Amino acid sequence: MQLTDYIAPLMQGAWVTVQLTLYSTVLGAMLAFASGIGKLSRNRAINAICVAYIELFRGTSLLVQLFWLYFALPLAGSAMGLDLRLPPVLAGVLALSLNIGAYGAEVVRGAIAAVHQDQREAARALNFTERQTLWDIVIPQAIPEMMPPFGNLAVQNLKDTALVSLISLGDLTFRAEQIRNYTQDSTTIYSMLLVMYFGMALVLTVMMRGLERYVTRWRRARS
Amino acid sequence: MNDPIIKFDKVIKRFGDLTVLDELDFEVGRGEKVSIIGPSGSGKSTVLRILMTLEGIEGGVVTVNGEPLWHEEGPDGLRPASEAHLHKMRTQLGMVFQQFNLFPHMTVLRNITEAPVKVLGLSKAEAKGRAEELLELVGLADQAQKYPHQLSGGQQQRVGIARALAMRPNVLLFDEPTSALDPELVGEVLNVIGRLAEEHDLTMLLVTHEMRFAREISDRVCFFDQGRIREEGTPEELFTDPKEDRTREFLKAVLD
Ligand SMILES: Nc1ncnc2c1ncn2[C@@H]1O[C@H](COP(=O)(O)OP(=O)(O)OP(=O)(O)O)[C@@H](O)[C@H]1O
Ligand SMILES: [Mg+2]
Repeated sequence: MQLTDYIAPLMQGAWVTVQLTLYSTVLGAMLAFASGIGKLSRNRAINAICVAYIELFRGTSLLVQLFWLYFALPLAGSAMGLDLRLPPVLAGVLALSLNIGAYGAEVVRGAIAAVHQDQREAARALNFTERQTLWDIVIPQAIPEMMPPFGNLAVQNLKDTALVSLISLGDLTFRAEQIRNYTQDSTTIYSMLLVMYFGMALVLTVMMRGLERYVTRWRRARS
Repeated sequence: MNDPIIKFDKVIKRFGDLTVLDELDFEVGRGEKVSIIGPSGSGKSTVLRILMTLEGIEGGVVTVNGEPLWHEEGPDGLRPASEAHLHKMRTQLGMVFQQFNLFPHMTVLRNITEAPVKVLGLSKAEAKGRAEELLELVGLADQAQKYPHQLSGGQQQRVGIARALAMRPNVLLFDEPTSALDPELVGEVLNVIGRLAEEHDLTMLLVTHEMRFAREISDRVCFFDQGRIREEGTPEELFTDPKEDRTREFLKAVLD
């Protein structure tokens, strides 16, 4: 096996990693919004659910969450007579999204809380309802504040996808391990792995910057 | 005063142990232009904020247009107002803030049309028409597509006035509308407020440190001190012949 033979399987793995990152970042962002806003809700039940979710997933490791979803959940399900076996991709995406969603929730909550009280008062004086104030006035101003930490979380998420190789999902790390077992060429393989993850992180960072520029375009309007 | 549009009846407002309004009695007639002056911390902003439903009260009754603001008529007397009641009452009031509080992520036009569309249910075209008239009125017809940060403070405050007017309130509250402005920008804002004061229907309540302006436009001036009205009267009476020592001291301090 030659060096060039490594490329095809590694690219296949990289594509899986890209998909995992994309799906779990998007789903995670949705979870982050839902639970970050829910945590600010005055409805006790909604509030309790969101707090429990955030604390649970921030307080345990991603690896344990992944194993629990993939190995423990089906057993727990069959004990109750339910089929809760998840395909590896689904288990991987779910674990990653739930994890990033919990961290993202704090970002969302913090950014919303940081919007100046004056803005809410102006909205109240104009007789907007609380819901309109949140969605029309507060959240659009909070989103730019969320972008830099969200960018970091997305890169974190990309790096975390490597863990899914442990439930035999054919991501970049999994493929690299396979080749290494076969060739024993650790130095080359791991060096390539490093470069590829770094390259993907770079692309992701650029994409997040682009998104940030897009959501903050009103701030750069010039006369 | 018969049939006042605003009435404070023994209103008490506290922040913790601090009593900011101490059984305040205060009335404003329909279409009247009233200026509130007084030292810092005397409760001037608090009066406006209570009217705009930004602060609740601990005692007494506030009525707007004959209806209690912070209470609702229940089967056995008055009970605390629901959000629905406050929502209904707020349609009569508008406020212009010291720091403008424009929405920074919206253009000038949208700052003015957003509430008429979302709250009053106007069509986009109607709201735009209304906004354009108001921008004309405040002299900013050519600034509609700009964002607040692209405007000077004086221009921003004029947008703030247009935004409040777009809701067609009966009562317009101004809380030190020119205090955050550089001196050279104060005039353009006072000009606009002065022109509004010539409208007979609009009731205006103005907290200000601009004594000359208050004197020009007000029907009545109230001197607040320690949560009460220490003295009130026509601008002539209050500025040229104050009865109370506290008023005289205050005027001397601010006019020097
Ligand atoms: N949210 C609040 N919490 C606690 N104290 C408050 C609050 N808002 C106002 N106060 C206090 O209430 C008093 C009256 O405040 P208010 O803002 O009405 O004064 P003001 O007459 O408008 O003064 P200024 O000329 O400085 O604006 C002040 O002592 C102020 O510190
Ligand atoms: Mg004040």
